[in-house]
Amino acid sequence: MNLTLKIWRQKDSSSKGEMVDYKVTEISEHMSFLEMMDVLNEQLVNAGEQPVAFDHDCREGICGMCSMYINGEAHGPDRGVTTCQLHMRMFKEGDTITIEPFRAASFPVIKDLVVDRSAFDRIQHAGGYISVNTSGNTQDANATLIAKKAADEAMDAATCIGCGACVATCKNSSAMLFVGAKVSQYALLPQGQVEAADRVRNMVAQMDLEGFGNCTNTGACEVECPKGISLDNIARMNRELMKASI
Amino acid sequence: MALDSKVPKGPIKDKWTDYKNHINLVNPANKRHIDVIVVGTGLAGGSASATLAELGYNVKSFAYQDSPRRAHSIAAQGGINAAKNYQGDGDSTYRLFYDTVKGGDYRSRESNVYRLAEVSANIIDQCVAQGVPFARDYGGLLDNRSFGGVLVSRTFYAKGQTGQQLLLGAYSAMNRQIARGKIEMFNRHEMLDVVLVDGKARGIIARNLVTGEIERHSAHAVVIASGGYGNVYFLSTNAMGSNVTAGWKVHKKGAYFANPCYTQIHPTCIPRSGDYQSKLTLMSESLRNDGRIWVPKNIEDVQAIREGSKKPTDLSEDQRDYYLERRYPAFGNLVPRDVASRAAKERCDAGYGVNATGEAVYLDFAASFIRYGTEQAKIQNIANPSEAKIKELGQKIVKAKYGNLFQMYEKIVDENPYETPMMIYPAVHYTMGGVWVDYNLMTTIPGCYAIGEANFSDHGANRLGASALMQGLADGYFVLPYTIGDYLSEDIRTGKISTDLPEFEAAEKEVSERIEFFINNKGTHSVDYYHKKLGKIMWDKCGMSRNSDGLKTAIEEISTLRKDFWKNVNVPGTATEYNEQLAKAGRVADFLELGELFAKDALVREESAGGHFREEHQTEDGEAKRIKEFQFVSAWEYKGAPKDAVLHKEELVYDNIEVKERSYK
Repeated sequence: MNLTLKIWRQKDSSSKGEMVDYKVTEISEHMSFLEMMDVLNEQLVNAGEQPVAFDHDCREGICGMCSMYINGEAHGPDRGVTTCQLHMRMFKEGDTITIEPFRAASFPVIKDLVVDRSAFDRIQHAGGYISVNTSGNTQDANATLIAKKAADEAMDAATCIGCGACVATCKNSSAMLFVGAKVSQYALLPQGQVEAADRVRNMVAQMDLEGFGNCTNTGACEVECPKGISLDNIARMNRELMKASI
Repeated sequence: MALDSKVPKGPIKDKWTDYKNHINLVNPANKRHIDVIVVGTGLAGGSASATLAELGYNVKSFAYQDSPRRAHSIAAQGGINAAKNYQGDGDSTYRLFYDTVKGGDYRSRESNVYRLAEVSANIIDQCVAQGVPFARDYGGLLDNRSFGGVLVSRTFYAKGQTGQQLLLGAYSAMNRQIARGKIEMFNRHEMLDVVLVDGKARGIIARNLVTGEIERHSAHAVVIASGGYGNVYFLSTNAMGSNVTAGWKVHKKGAYFANPCYTQIHPTCIPRSGDYQSKLTLMSESLRNDGRIWVPKNIEDVQAIREGSKKPTDLSEDQRDYYLERRYPAFGNLVPRDVASRAAKERCDAGYGVNATGEAVYLDFAASFIRYGTEQAKIQNIANPSEAKIKELGQKIVKAKYGNLFQMYEKIVDENPYETPMMIYPAVHYTMGGVWVDYNLMTTIPGCYAIGEANFSDHGANRLGASALMQGLADGYFVLPYTIGDYLSEDIRTGKISTDLPEFEAAEKEVSERIEFFINNKGTHSVDYYHKKLGKIMWDKCGMSRNSDGLKTAIEEISTLRKDFWKNVNVPGTATEYNEQLAKAGRVADFLELGELFAKDALVREESAGGHFREEHQTEDGEAKRIKEFQFVSAWEYKGAPKDAVLHKEELVYDNIEVKERSYK
């Protein structure tokens, strides 16, 4: 495939960015999107130009590091995948592909397609844990029975990779799917009950402090989420918050 | 310096408890005045950071990623072992110990492995307490699965994302301490050297990967938890950024590097598809619980499949060669990884590979669809279910167990593994070798520790599935926090270490000069050009099987490549900005040194053991042949160029286990 790429280039967080056009040729349909970006970067390095900076690490869809906005969609046109799992077979000869960073006021651009998602970490610091010391002096793992359904639902929520696609996709730049997923995981498990009220209050307060918007039930986050985190988690978070307030 | 493993005396089952009862402690008030640096935030580093902070130490943690949650432990799929015996199938601490030592082909340290087995049960209790959603059965109890090389079900799991859930557990424990200010987290930072003061590790030099700033950080002890070095092969299942730099830097400052040639080539990965490939993707070993591995029996069928005139599903049972079940009836598809990998290579080398490159075998779930489907039909009281109904019911069960893996496969290969068997081939996955440590997990540099995959200690020449997660968390939660106290008890009056000391100055200067060299070199080849070349040498000559001639050539080739790298490498951009190429150049420079030591270690080890298979040393039926004289750990001392490295031997003594032929037949 021969493709035209329109890529957001921005030197650093204080510089102004712009879209720049590039051409790549002989792209195999079996390549992953990031392997296509590798080809472009190798080309740029060999021509003495600066390669395009983008975040990536595990390249198997689990670390949550990669984060491109491709043709107007977080992680590109495929469903249930991160950018590193997106394959070039989703595109065709002669396509022009627009590649931007995840855009949100709370995710400032560091360089090119790399954004700062430390706001997510700070929300987790506010309550994304169970206050149990790691000494191992806890009760036997099987002492508390957990219904399979609850364990499975907690697992579905816990599968969030913290990539930020939900925020990038949301017209309000809301982080409620991300926060809802963590609140839900603990709300569904007996171990999470003790601190449930404080947890949801503190995490939501931090979320607001970081400047994320609110949810208006559009559901775009659920569609674009590479891990299929359900909107139910937002509802559960709201319920938990309500419970914590009365 | 003579190697002292500091293994405590006494019966193996009492060693750890007795030892803990007698080592020095630091009182809580004094802990507040002691700083510890932890490099890496995977299962080992994350759990160590959290626990040390809970104990009261001031912890500084470093990760090259943008958040501790992204460390590559996150990608571990299948599960974590623990000797809980919840299934009542005869498991015990001893059995887990025995399986691990045998699985490692009798090349690991007995006392460390026993301790690992001993604390394994605690890990599960701990993780459940912190909200890790392990899989459960309908009664609400924890579920288990089986992994390779064992005859019990002791593996706990969270779908095919166990590493993710355990890492998020450690990350949550870290978050609690970050919020309290007990952990200071440095994301997007890379350690580029360790600083020794009076012979003790007292800090590191790190580079801020966003601004390019070089920083000095001091501490009373330094913990290396930076993972393995599989990326020396360029293509591996490791993350793109995984590197040996932290381990290699401490090696160059005096830490011995042990068994670099022990590498795990994992049998079930998605085959490579072309030269552009940047990494390989693992399909969890847990799939071998339910998948059967085969190639066609007849070479004509192989041809027909490659040409596309036949499909694998066209072949009847008697036209298939379930070669693992044939060769190893006792363990079948669940033989250990090294054995399964070599068996796949043997079939493919003989011409039976089923894809265009001839490097793929089938992993087939058809039989398990039927097995589970029939069971479900009974449970659901469906009389005379059709074949299609059974398949549908069975697929549902398989989907619940491995859904994310099947989805991942389909996205990458563009084939539906519910309808046609998966194609798999071995790929570099884990490195058993690493920085040499004693029983305390301390390296040969006082005050410098290595934990998790970064050290060498527990897996010998081959690691069993679901044991990496166990070791990472055991080291970080339950071992290091005790042993480091013994060392730090001498530092209660030391006070803060100044970063103005000449030792910091010198280390920073060295780091800065190297960075300036890369930026100013303006050579002709990219960093990846060299990394790919190194990877090819490693895979061809230090891969699944090795021989003396190949290894000698590899040493020459790597040494030549390294010289070329230092002359002609091209790094664009500047040192004072986000510059991934620059970071990579430093990592590849270290791989180019490690690669040569790796080959040298493999050459010296004139035997086959676990993942290290020397063609000269095999039994008549092609199994690995251990040699008694090599029952030692190779610990290499840095002396300049890799060719000058000096070998020290730690003899391995087995008092509690009989060393015998490692058979899975």
